[in-house]
Amino acid sequence: MNTATIIAQEIPDIEKIRRDFPILDTKVNGRPLIYFDNAASTQKPWQVIKAIEHYYTNLNSNVHRGVHYLSQKATDAFEASRRKVASFINAEHDYEVIFTGGTTESINLVAHSFGKQFVKACDTIIISSLEHHSNIVPWQILCEEKNAQLKVIPINEKGELLMDAFKAMLDETVKLVSVNYVSNSLGTINPVREIIELAHSKNIPVMLDAAQAVQHMPVDVQELDVDFLVFSGHKLYGPTGIGVLYGKEKWLNQMPPYQGGGEMIKTVTFEKTTYNELPFKFEAGTPHIEGVICIGAAIDYINEIGLEKIDRYEHELLEYATEKLSEIEGIKFIGTADNKASVVSFNLENIHPYDVGVILDQFGIAVRTGHHCTQPLMDIFAIPGTVRASFAFYNTTVEIDIFVAGVKKAASMLG
Amino acid sequence: MTINEIQDELIEEFELFGDWMEKYENVIQMGKELPVIDVQYKKEENLIKGCQAKVWLHADYKDGKVLFMADSDAIITKGLVSMVIRVLSNHAPEEIVAADLYFVDRVGLREHLSMTRSNGLLSMIKQMKMYAMAIQSKVKAN
Repeated sequence: MNTATIIAQEIPDIEKIRRDFPILDTKVNGRPLIYFDNAASTQKPWQVIKAIEHYYTNLNSNVHRGVHYLSQKATDAFEASRRKVASFINAEHDYEVIFTGGTTESINLVAHSFGKQFVKACDTIIISSLEHHSNIVPWQILCEEKNAQLKVIPINEKGELLMDAFKAMLDETVKLVSVNYVSNSLGTINPVREIIELAHSKNIPVMLDAAQAVQHMPVDVQELDVDFLVFSGHKLYGPTGIGVLYGKEKWLNQMPPYQGGGEMIKTVTFEKTTYNELPFKFEAGTPHIEGVICIGAAIDYINEIGLEKIDRYEHELLEYATEKLSEIEGIKFIGTADNKASVVSFNLENIHPYDVGVILDQFGIAVRTGHHCTQPLMDIFAIPGTVRASFAFYNTTVEIDIFVAGVKKAASMLG
Repeated sequence: MTINEIQDELIEEFELFGDWMEKYENVIQMGKELPVIDVQYKKEENLIKGCQAKVWLHADYKDGKVLFMADSDAIITKGLVSMVIRVLSNHAPEEIVAADLYFVDRVGLREHLSMTRSNGLLSMIKQMKMYAMAIQSKVKAN
């Protein structure tokens, strides 16, 4: 059985799925858009777009404090979405799900509040070489402030973490390990279970940046026993400006608030303020209500297709693309880990990735070129950046064929 | 030739190309033909950092005219850079400062001037004008 047959069996209703995403009908330079920039942001199905419209036409009102009809309805929808997110990642309690502006804000919240409570001079925070700037810079700010140190797990030439080195780093100064579940630049799926087990054996908590994971595979925070897990709505077929911080109750309760304002308080006098309970303690101000409600709509949509099915299908797309691209002379894959999500990063010999991106754009193919906000990782490979194609379940092998032909044309034009 | 005459010449050249591919092939060719910049000028202070492609720019002032030399690590950017140099180099500072670079739009490469392109081209044009402005004020002061 060839790859195409397997794919056809996995998602027999691919055309129906594609019809759910109106933007996929876009024409670029008269050609159909091929959207392979899903690791940067995914497209939105009608189910999410309509949920946004539904919110503003039926529910719009501020949540939690109103006694009136609309506020009740908006609050019910808002909290129903929190339950959906909790169930999506199998959190033990709904109140362990905090809504934020995105993955970046979630990480900043933990760096600030966990850091304030638990990190002191000479302590260590561990991250990895694969991190996005969002999981580097907040820790650098914290370490500078506290005079603590940041240590980085090295990688091998395939873009896999060196676990022996990681083990050796786990001493009594380490206060937190914060690594990505899936690398945004290379697609490497990190051995997170092993990372968590090793860290926990030394009583060190672990945070997972799951921004590139939750859209590709089922994630169960209880099964992982992870202490914090963060992700964004817009990479999960939901709206921008909405993110999630999952934290174990025991940690969240011990952490001071991130921002002060409305919603996060219990009582306020000019002398003293007492803080609200979880999750509200970390949700100061009027939240992104429509974003919260629509991340729920996105989760409903994904659940309907099924993450196991998505995982298998996207893996087939990854294998198909890797095989087809391998035929191109002078191609060098950056990131060849054994365990990968549907991300292909590569360079063509003596050709700048930016030039490849410009030519592919002329063909209507959207890829990302550059350092993907992982400059230290690009430095390790001694390259200015890569061409990155990242696939979602609405992509097809036909699109990959056109993409590969585009890359070949770019190679001949630029070489 | 004046700056605008060179721009018009470029626009005319590009009118010959039937499709985007021929147009880009021409840009790439111009990138390849851009005289190699002396290694000594590819230093940190001459580097205009775009988000993705690097552009190095060096300027000299000779006989009342500014001469630009440049390079880029991306060939399409280098082609665009070569076009800007062809238009602006070897002109008086006041002409460079006053220049309206309409050719980029007219040859259909406008998207390369947008912020998201991050190719350093926009920064390079700004840098060239600033350099000319600095020379202009220096000349006036003397």
